[in-house]
Amino acid sequence: MERRTFLAWVAAAGEDSRFIAEARYYEKLPHRKIKCKLCPRECVIDDRERGYCGVRENRGGTYYTLVHSRVCAANIDPIEKKPFFHFHPGSLAFSIATAGCNVNCKMCQNWDISQARPEQVRAQYLPPRELAEVARRNNCASVAYTYSEPVIFYEYMMDSAEAARAAGLKNAVVTGGYIQREPLLALAKRVDAIKVDLKGYSEKFYKEVVNGELKPVLDGLVTMRKLGMWNEIVYLVIPTLNDTDEQFKGLARWVKANLGLDVPVHFTRFHPEYLLKNLPPTPLQSLERAKAIADAEGLHYVYIGNVPGHPAENTYCPKCRRMLVERAGFTVKSMEIRKGKCRFCHEPVAGVWG
Amino acid sequence: MNRRQLLQSCLAGWLPADSPSRVVIAREKGPAPARIPALLDRAVAAFYGVDSPLDAWKKIVRPGEVVGLKVNCLSGKGGSTHVALVEAICERLQQAGIRARDILIWDRLNSDLESAGFRIQSGGSRIRCLGNDTLGYEGELLAYGAAGSLMSKALTQVCDAVINLPVLKDHGIAGVTMALKNMFGAIHNPNKYHSNAGNPYVADVYMLPPIRQKVRLAICDAITAQYEGGPSYMPQWSWPFNGLLVARDPVALDATGWRIIERKRAEKGMKSLKDAGRVPAYIATAADGRHRIGTDDPQRIERVEV
Repeated sequence: MERRTFLAWVAAAGEDSRFIAEARYYEKLPHRKIKCKLCPRECVIDDRERGYCGVRENRGGTYYTLVHSRVCAANIDPIEKKPFFHFHPGSLAFSIATAGCNVNCKMCQNWDISQARPEQVRAQYLPPRELAEVARRNNCASVAYTYSEPVIFYEYMMDSAEAARAAGLKNAVVTGGYIQREPLLALAKRVDAIKVDLKGYSEKFYKEVVNGELKPVLDGLVTMRKLGMWNEIVYLVIPTLNDTDEQFKGLARWVKANLGLDVPVHFTRFHPEYLLKNLPPTPLQSLERAKAIADAEGLHYVYIGNVPGHPAENTYCPKCRRMLVERAGFTVKSMEIRKGKCRFCHEPVAGVWG
Repeated sequence: MNRRQLLQSCLAGWLPADSPSRVVIAREKGPAPARIPALLDRAVAAFYGVDSPLDAWKKIVRPGEVVGLKVNCLSGKGGSTHVALVEAICERLQQAGIRARDILIWDRLNSDLESAGFRIQSGGSRIRCLGNDTLGYEGELLAYGAAGSLMSKALTQVCDAVINLPVLKDHGIAGVTMALKNMFGAIHNPNKYHSNAGNPYVADVYMLPPIRQKVRLAICDAITAQYEGGPSYMPQWSWPFNGLLVARDPVALDATGWRIIERKRAEKGMKSLKDAGRVPAYIATAADGRHRIGTDDPQRIERVEV
């Protein structure tokens, strides 16, 4: 990941009150303990201890986030890199992250920040209004909360989303979707699009590889859909771990039944990282098999990702099958969607086209 | 000793797995804080079976080595490794030929050390006292089983030998926390390893090579012990055990300490840790055939009370 510097780095280690704010979702317990109510894990945390995410700390019975405005990665990315293929294509997203994550995926590509505590990585002070201003000045159409896990910097994301919206920007979230219902409902009022990394389609996979649970993620996706938020789904295909026909079919059928045919699903190639360096990159055949299964279930927009130049990077009209958006990697080469419809047959194409 | 046992012994820097693991429990009859140096001498001499404490320390460290003292300071004053105990160990180390500047007192954060009464000291000819936030972590991931972590440079770059100085106490998630779990302070991501009462994570982290190779002795501070409400210091659930537990085998030490805590809980009419839903199963995992860090079998633990 390229890390451009927009502001001065601040010291990684040490206390800095600028980054500390009281957490919004937690419950006070006897003996200065607290229970976190942000994600389904519901960590019960002693005084002076942190939650599983590593960025929230109990101080004397009050729970604090330590990463408000504490940005450890800031880049200007094409929105396609998130990937969002049906949300303002061809636009730029000012993309930020803080340290920390509420799961511990063995395949994490950004483990150096997601599995770190805030004091272990370099950071920049980037308060919400300044973030919105920097994004606007750099011709970004949106702010993307991404790279690590935005749920764990929830308070910063919420405040930033408000500032970004006031500045005329959109808000896009890239998340594992492991969040409780109440904070999700509040988030839905402030952001415009959520891409969920559906990391597998079995509880066993979530337990053994992700250190999380599948059901709350699926429930969250249904909630997002009901609220009318724009959603896309990424499924990272990992050899031997989540690449069976049954898993692909189960996923596609669940999407069809619960979210509808118009939610884009991206099957992306895995590269050996973090705790799964022993596995090979995903064979192209596995990705094409996944796409064929999802296509056969009738999903309208099924993509193959991390394979530059593959025809399944492009968007095709679900009715006339003509190519509507041609992509090369993260670049949009041609665009044949007009006012949300296919230029050729006028079939509506789901998405937020700007 | 056959070839397999010899290899295990060399790899672990430990006694062969089938040798009895000695755990010395040294106690004072009255309040111990004022008599910590004498208590320490008695405990260490008994562990090594020597008359002179200095002879014991000369078996632990060699002049020229850099020695780390891994304290446990998360609970602030009251629930952390006593400063007086650490001072007494530093005194004995220097008498054994370790230079003051070659002693490093360390834990996760400078603020943790300060809250327990230690003074941050980074250079010069004096004893150093620093947190991992100053010392830093390695950039390369070390992995074993379910654990994948960056290791504190205190272990990898600064110290030749480490003396593990945990506190005898209850832990609200993991059941108990002593020698094995204290090494969570040597990694960058301990927050990831509390699921399932720390099992198998505590054992897996202890298998990371710098820990296995460099920790030479555990001296568990049981002057004030805690049987409920940990790891935060809860005076209402603490009691003056007035003792120290010394072992080279951290599994044997933890198994012994766990029994002490269970006895106290029973005496106070509290549920056992098993009934409370937080049995420290990681201790048995650390003793299993895959880990072989030590033994939790009471029949193979030589318990010596002095």
